[in-house]
Amino acid sequence: MNVAVLIKQVPETTDVKINRETNTLMREGVASIINPFDMYAIEEALRIREQHGGKVTVITMGPPQAEEALRQALALGADEAVLLSDRAFAGADTLATSYTLAKAIEKLGGFDLVICGKQAADGDTAQVGPEVAENLDLPHVTYVRKIEEISLGSPDSDGGGSRGAPGFIRVQRMTEEGYEVIESPLPTLITVVKEINEPRMPSIKGMLRAKKAAITLWTARDLGVDASRVGLAGSPTRVIRVFTPEQRRRGEIIEGATVQEKVRTLVAKLKETHLV
Amino acid sequence: MNYFLTEEQQMIRDLARKIAEEKVAPRAAEFDEAEEFPWDLIKVLADAGLFGVWVPEEYGGLGGGVFEQCLVVEELSRACGAVAVSYAASALGGFPILLFGTDDQKRKYMPDIASGARLAAFALTEPDAGSDASNIRTTATRDGDYYILNGTKQWITNGGEAEIYTVIATVDPSKGARGMTAFIVEKGTPGFEFGKKEKKMGIRASATRELIFRDCRVPAANMLDREGKGFIVAMRTFDRTRPGVAAQAVGIAQGALDRAARYATERVQFGKRIAEFQAIEHMLADMATQVEAARALVYATARMIDAGDRDFSKEASMAKVFASDVAMRVTTDAVQIFGGYGYMRDYPVEKMMRDAKITQIYEGTNQIQRSIIGSAVIKEAMRRK
Repeated sequence: MNVAVLIKQVPETTDVKINRETNTLMREGVASIINPFDMYAIEEALRIREQHGGKVTVITMGPPQAEEALRQALALGADEAVLLSDRAFAGADTLATSYTLAKAIEKLGGFDLVICGKQAADGDTAQVGPEVAENLDLPHVTYVRKIEEISLGSPDSDGGGSRGAPGFIRVQRMTEEGYEVIESPLPTLITVVKEINEPRMPSIKGMLRAKKAAITLWTARDLGVDASRVGLAGSPTRVIRVFTPEQRRRGEIIEGATVQEKVRTLVAKLKETHLV
Repeated sequence: MNYFLTEEQQMIRDLARKIAEEKVAPRAAEFDEAEEFPWDLIKVLADAGLFGVWVPEEYGGLGGGVFEQCLVVEELSRACGAVAVSYAASALGGFPILLFGTDDQKRKYMPDIASGARLAAFALTEPDAGSDASNIRTTATRDGDYYILNGTKQWITNGGEAEIYTVIATVDPSKGARGMTAFIVEKGTPGFEFGKKEKKMGIRASATRELIFRDCRVPAANMLDREGKGFIVAMRTFDRTRPGVAAQAVGIAQGALDRAARYATERVQFGKRIAEFQAIEHMLADMATQVEAARALVYATARMIDAGDRDFSKEASMAKVFASDVAMRVTTDAVQIFGGYGYMRDYPVEKMMRDAKITQIYEGTNQIQRSIIGSAVIKEAMRRK
């Protein structure tokens, strides 16, 4: 079972500053960490490896210092790490990012499963995971809170897609009301929520190993990407305004001078909506 | 203060700090209240590889020494003294094996101690043998390829939870210290049982328990060094573990100082943050100065030991006595700065004050430490005559 985890290095703060001129994130002067949601993706990949064997490959696209995020993932136990870094990738929106990541996954020869965090803590779009799946023509399931079962199926005979019985994965997908149980053939892509596990701590030996580990660095040329589809050039997204959306369901506080008055208003409202 | 740690030492300290802050601190009060052994936190420390920082690489450790062990103990103690002592006591049980064990004994026990797969413990104290360690009554009688152990050990840290015990018994009570002999006894050995679990003032999540030996047959191959060397085994071990107790004291004191300083900048009385009152400001200054002095002494001692100096009993005792007295004073002052809130269990400083007290007592009371230091000073003076 070979698993790829797509991670992003983000600023270590929930208070992300935005450049008002370009409406892009300002990263200067803030310590960087692995996107917290991606920590659950890494943990889940490691658990799958512990149960089913195989390899965990961590992939990120970012500036050269994103290597640090990959080393942290290696310290946790990932087997291999790939950094996609090139000036040509700079300024990418989710479309260009997912295209670039998908090209790297293709170049690596494909995986049984690709795992992403549900969204990045800085951009908050939750788009990259599903877009990578579309680029690779893979099915995907978002907001996975539990993997119920993984069946590897019969092994790939020659890597040419001539599988006898394809494997599948059955997961619980979190929704606002509860969860859905979804089964998908492998290979597939899932994005995970924090309810799925409790990420482990790194080990000293893992950290020492990670410090010396070789990290694969690929540029635009290594990936053979279409230059018009990466970086700023491949990014049609224009951010007009950044704001917190209104909550879909809102609570209402009933005003009134006395308790009796408030209760009367409440009962009237309940009758109005046919709840009583 | 910058102590110029190596990159690996920084890594160890940072990981221990991360675990202490993220995993230990949020649950310290809960474990204290329940007096429950923190097994899941022990597992986290084991998975992180921290039990092996002082163990040579050939036995699966990281190849560090007393200093690395102290760094971990200090960081854990900032969050919880009980978790820290449960961690440190495994080294107390393991050091005798590393220092005096045969190759076979080391190969058999050290890898599990280094990985944290099995906890170790050290058993010397008895009801009538505390500071007077050579007054032990637990006997070891030779019987062919075995020794038969009889007697009761008291207040054994990690008792019942550990699986590997270094036990000091006597092959001849009439010989005093010269009859004392050390054995490795595994949990589950017939005739080896656990008695009363103590209810303590502080470090309540740690296990402190009686060990009872009734005709317990221990293979002679489990003897450390030879008959009569038990007192030396214990003292050489303490020389290496007392800096660990001192590091525990530094950590508890630092934890209390951190919290008191933060509280002083938040609490408003008479329309001002109390940190602006000189009475409080100077208390914080004295606390910080004492903690740093204690840390400097602990680190210098640990580095002296790891550098291979041969005689460091005096320095180990100095570190232990100084740091533990500092911890008691600093935690008491932290409670004072918190005022009435400090006395309440809703805030963490009263636990730190309770936890600090034991550091003045165990692994040799501070009175015994002063005797060790004093006799070393007098011996040096006599030599110069």
